[in-house]
Amino acid sequence: MIKLKKKTPLIDQHNKFGFYGNKFGGNYCAETMRKPIEDLSKLFEKLRKDRKFLKKRDHYFKHYLGGETPFFKLENLTKHLGGAQIWCKDVSAINGDAHKAYHATVNALICKESGKRYIAGDTGAGMFGKNLAMAAKKMNLKCKIFMGTKDISRQAPNVKFMRNAGAEVVPVNSGSKTLVDAVSECMRHYVSNCDNTHLAVGSAIGCNIFLKICAWSTSQISRELKKQLIKEFGEIPKLKLINVIGGGSSALGFWNEFIDYDKKHVELIGVEAKYAAPLSTNAKVAILHGAAQYCLTDKEGQIAETHSLSAGLDYPGSSPLHGLLKDSGRARYTNASDKEALAAFKLITKLEDIRPSLEPAHAWSECIRLAPKLKKSDVLVVNNCGKGYKDKKIYIEQLGYYPK
Amino acid sequence: MKNSINNAFKIAKSENRPALISYTVCGDNTKDKSLQILNSMSEDLDIAEWGIPHNCPTADGKDIQNSSYRALQNGIRLSDIFSLVKKFKKTKPSKPIILMGYYQMIFNFGEKKFIQKCKASGVDGLIVVDLSFPDNKNFAKLCKKNSICFVQLIAPTTTVKRMKEIIKSSHEMIYMISTISTTGSALKYSIKRIIKNYNVIKRIKPSKNVVIGFGITEKTISNLRSADGLVVGSAICREITRSLKDRQNPVTNVSKLVRKLKNKII
Repeated sequence: MIKLKKKTPLIDQHNKFGFYGNKFGGNYCAETMRKPIEDLSKLFEKLRKDRKFLKKRDHYFKHYLGGETPFFKLENLTKHLGGAQIWCKDVSAINGDAHKAYHATVNALICKESGKRYIAGDTGAGMFGKNLAMAAKKMNLKCKIFMGTKDISRQAPNVKFMRNAGAEVVPVNSGSKTLVDAVSECMRHYVSNCDNTHLAVGSAIGCNIFLKICAWSTSQISRELKKQLIKEFGEIPKLKLINVIGGGSSALGFWNEFIDYDKKHVELIGVEAKYAAPLSTNAKVAILHGAAQYCLTDKEGQIAETHSLSAGLDYPGSSPLHGLLKDSGRARYTNASDKEALAAFKLITKLEDIRPSLEPAHAWSECIRLAPKLKKSDVLVVNNCGKGYKDKKIYIEQLGYYPK
Repeated sequence: MKNSINNAFKIAKSENRPALISYTVCGDNTKDKSLQILNSMSEDLDIAEWGIPHNCPTADGKDIQNSSYRALQNGIRLSDIFSLVKKFKKTKPSKPIILMGYYQMIFNFGEKKFIQKCKASGVDGLIVVDLSFPDNKNFAKLCKKNSICFVQLIAPTTTVKRMKEIIKSSHEMIYMISTISTTGSALKYSIKRIIKNYNVIKRIKPSKNVVIGFGITEKTISNLRSADGLVVGSAICREITRSLKDRQNPVTNVSKLVRKLKNKII
């Protein structure tokens, strides 16, 4: 079993080749990319220690993204389920509607620092694409978003937003026409344009530096949560932190500050989509998009196709950092089907005022399964990491309505 | 038989021309057809590269992606590739063959088992697109132990310091990527600049055979004839795509194209 290092940020627990636990991650990329990613690594290591840069980041988080996102108890749901107390960290309240806002903003800031004028990113659900488009506009960068054609049609509101913000949306028509193909195409674009383009990978995946930047950015969520918990409870109570996992960027941000806690004190639970669930179905380790990770493949080693109603979860791989958390036993992973996610949305929106997108609906589904089995003193916190409006059409198709 | 890659360069040098190296995807568009294509063009080739198709090829342009897609659609597997190599080597034992692919295919199969299979079927060299220096040190050693040439890549973005290290750990052949791009795009740099980069590598270690690839077509090939070798990949894959679309025989069309390419460098 892999052992985690205490008091070392999770993203920094890699060896000099970029491997976590000598097993996950690495830099499996074309020679052409080596120098640009090395330059980016150096820049990032400098910036994360640079007070002026951190101040700038905080300024953007506060004034551009709207500052701290709310943390509140869901009284009705708690009562209805009759077990643990259920709390919501409502990251979807951020300007930008999802945790991707942090990561997109930081990438745009880094791009600016690097002196590059172009920024390119991949997107599945369109949350990263939309936020990157916004950040690029704000910082005067030219932005290209790569998106599978299947996702372009199922996440149309976000696509419209990206185009209105002045980004070029590049449709990707290869393979399954979803996120996995968008990431591949975006990486190809980078291989061809790495001299003038900054690559913003949409999740905590890819070569070492990309997942580091991502998880570093989203960790804002757990910094806030820690303070909010202490404010509410006077201490860090016995907790279960439930988060949906696609690539895994929101969970890493939601959990970051709690990694060093004993798992009996703060339990970390990741919820994948049932047919895109490498972590919870014992998939093999495979190399995808530059890193070794738990990933769905066929016998021959070809990357498998996945199926999820949720575009953001429709991805065969998972962050190498989740491989590390799984193998060290620090986090546990489960999954929820489309049907279960939809049922969760139905119940949550009937009882509460939040409107989760399909992605966090998977986390809510696990919360609903778990809460009745627990005691009143147990605290469940769910990261409500995305707003539901983008899935309005899908919800109406599936449930016949979208709540007010 | 031994060191047939070195031998191929020697022959080309004695004829005062660069070695001509093809790249096609094994199994494109079917197993048999891809072997026929290789056989028919091999007369004009010094070295043949055969691609192992992968469905997440992050460094390939459209043409090679199409070829890989066709091959996978027709059910090519790694075991087929090894038996096709064996068949090819049976008829052309002195023609070096290099397999080129993504590390996932090797990782999934198992490094050692993969190299043993290569050795047993007669593979002379390996190019692993996404296993770059220094991550490839152990794998390269394993290749060397089994008399397989591990081909290191050098890109326009590679610094001179890194270049020196790569060359130091390289075997008899080095692959220079001509331009910042995926496979098959147009050359972004002038011929002069590409030759200049090439000379930087050659000056560090003149004895290494350095080949130039990416963006080599009928139009550009003669301008780069001073190199030790030239790789034509996407242009051939494109010809296969065109032939299939026009319902023509890719085997004859590709060998015609390769003959033309050869004529431009002799």
